[in-house]
Amino acid sequence: MSAFYTIWLRDLTRFLRNRSRIFTSLAQPLLYLAIFGTGLSSLLSGTASLGGVSFTAFVYPGVIGLTIMFTALFTAISVVYDREAGFLKEVLVSPASRLAVALGKVASGATIALLQGLLTLPLAWLLGLPLTLGQVVQLAGIMAVLAAACTALGLLVSTRLRGIEGYNVIINFLMMPLFLLSGALFPLAGLPLWMDVLVRINPMAYATDALRQVALAGAAQPGFLAASRLHPVAVDVLVLLGFFVLFLVPAVRAFSKQE
Amino acid sequence: MSHSIEAHGLSRNYGGLRAVDGLSLSVQAGELFALLGPNGGGKTTTLGMLTTLLRPSAGTARVAGYDVAAQPHEVRRCIGVVFQGPSLDEQLTARENLDFHARIYNLPRAVFRQRSDELLALVELAERQHEPVRNFSGGMRRRLELARGLMHQPQVLFLDEPTVGLDPQTRRAMWDYLHTLRQQSGVTIFLTTHYLEEAEGCDRVAILDSGTLAALDTPAALKATLGGDVLHFRVADVQAAEQLLHAEGLAVRRGPEGLAVEVGDGPQRIPELVAALERGGHAVQAVNLRRPSLEDVFIKLTGRAIRTEAPDAAEALVRRGRMGRSRR
Ligand SMILES: Nc1ncnc2c1ncn2[C@@H]1O[C@H](COP(=O)(O)OP(=O)(O)OP(=O)(O)O)[C@@H](O)[C@H]1O
Ligand SMILES: [Mg+2]
Repeated sequence: MSAFYTIWLRDLTRFLRNRSRIFTSLAQPLLYLAIFGTGLSSLLSGTASLGGVSFTAFVYPGVIGLTIMFTALFTAISVVYDREAGFLKEVLVSPASRLAVALGKVASGATIALLQGLLTLPLAWLLGLPLTLGQVVQLAGIMAVLAAACTALGLLVSTRLRGIEGYNVIINFLMMPLFLLSGALFPLAGLPLWMDVLVRINPMAYATDALRQVALAGAAQPGFLAASRLHPVAVDVLVLLGFFVLFLVPAVRAFSKQE
Repeated sequence: MSHSIEAHGLSRNYGGLRAVDGLSLSVQAGELFALLGPNGGGKTTTLGMLTTLLRPSAGTARVAGYDVAAQPHEVRRCIGVVFQGPSLDEQLTARENLDFHARIYNLPRAVFRQRSDELLALVELAERQHEPVRNFSGGMRRRLELARGLMHQPQVLFLDEPTVGLDPQTRRAMWDYLHTLRQQSGVTIFLTTHYLEEAEGCDRVAILDSGTLAALDTPAALKATLGGDVLHFRVADVQAAEQLLHAEGLAVRRGPEGLAVEVGDGPQRIPELVAALERGGHAVQAVNLRRPSLEDVFIKLTGRAIRTEAPDAAEALVRRGRMGRSRR
């Protein structure tokens, strides 16, 4: 228990101390919204029917998901940094149980990613999506599950990675495909089969789907949301929880076995 | 007498390289034990296996009575480790690094507050305890790592080149503290070092070369194997002079300072040997008498006796240069 808390506390201390990191990861979603929202919506104007919401508002839930995935993966990947910097040895040689350490890491990644995700919520009002307290609570719940799943995924990958090349692997082969195939930028209806398969094995797709249904609940026409969704919110969340366990078990095992 | 550390046939491969090869040794409780060896000799790898960070490829080891492979958790509870490379969190302050350690070792808060104060004072970092480690010099970091390794008062302490990068005063202070600690708490200390004068102060010394144990004994016994003093003669034609002395039935080898001759009683043999060399037409430019040191044992074992039958002066020189450099 003490090891779990110690690992969590260290990561949070580092996060809160690093103001510029908080700032950049806040600026990032804004930038994405500006680029995707403005750029793509001018391309689509007139043709797309998005249930009465702007394209920027349509993209917004995906950007929340992206922020969370980004933060969670990078917190988990600090394991690679710690290995490079030698700090990991200090942890691995201690009597702390590896399980507690790995879970502490998942908890800290999830907490930090959730905090970052919550910081993107005020943008909703700017985009004409006034959220009720109920919506905020539901969004926070989905974000927490997504954050945990992404951190577990990051931990799984980072126990196998050596060195800085790992970052490039993560960005190019994990983050970008996961985001682009999440349905953040386009509705998931009527996709070709191969892409549909890729979407359905992508945890980000379920997160985006759930976040969108909740965030746009008041603003978009109900018929549009029902027609363009993958699953009801509860099912999406269950699938995400499934992904979390699927990533967590091998991640903890790999973390415990590492030298 | 109980054994704190016991290794039997301990080996470790990295791919095709056998970094440690069939190492067997035992260290008694309360002993101060030094592992000596050239760079790449396998010291850190040995420490890694004894501290449960590396799985042995073959062989077994017990530390504080527990098997390192089967009971790593129990071993970890009993040991403190100061690593050769960096191992601090640079973004945290000195104090926070100690706090992290204390928490992860489950020390009660009241205890670790007090111990942090004591140890920070000991390593003279009390004034800068609230600065991030990022701002610290190499020696300050090393001092903090030492303090951290002592935080939880381990039963067995592993130190991998603990005094590298420390100035002489700090080195002395650290050694004084280690000796005091040993007297007070009976801690077993297993360390690697390149400072031979530090190894002299240890109870026993093991010399590890290319992953195998080249010698293991008390410093006095190791020096006794050299059979007395060593005389160094500087002459122009080293090879011919070597043959000449060899013909006299003496143990001669080429050293960094010319010819090195092992004799029983150095001061008395100088006139005789100088005369013999001059008779043979070798002008002696300088003579140096050295009582055997661990360094001689080290050079003898790792530079000649172990690697090649014939002495290879160039190799000995290179090895020596390497050791000299790593002192900095
Ligand atoms: N992770 C690794 N992968 C591959 N080879 C390694 C690894 N670690 C060490 N080695 C090799 O194992 C041998 C022993 O290395 P080790 O670090 O144990 O030596 P050492 O005695 O501690 O040396 P030094 O005095 O330089 O610290 C060396 O040949 C080294 O190259
Ligand atoms: Mg080493």
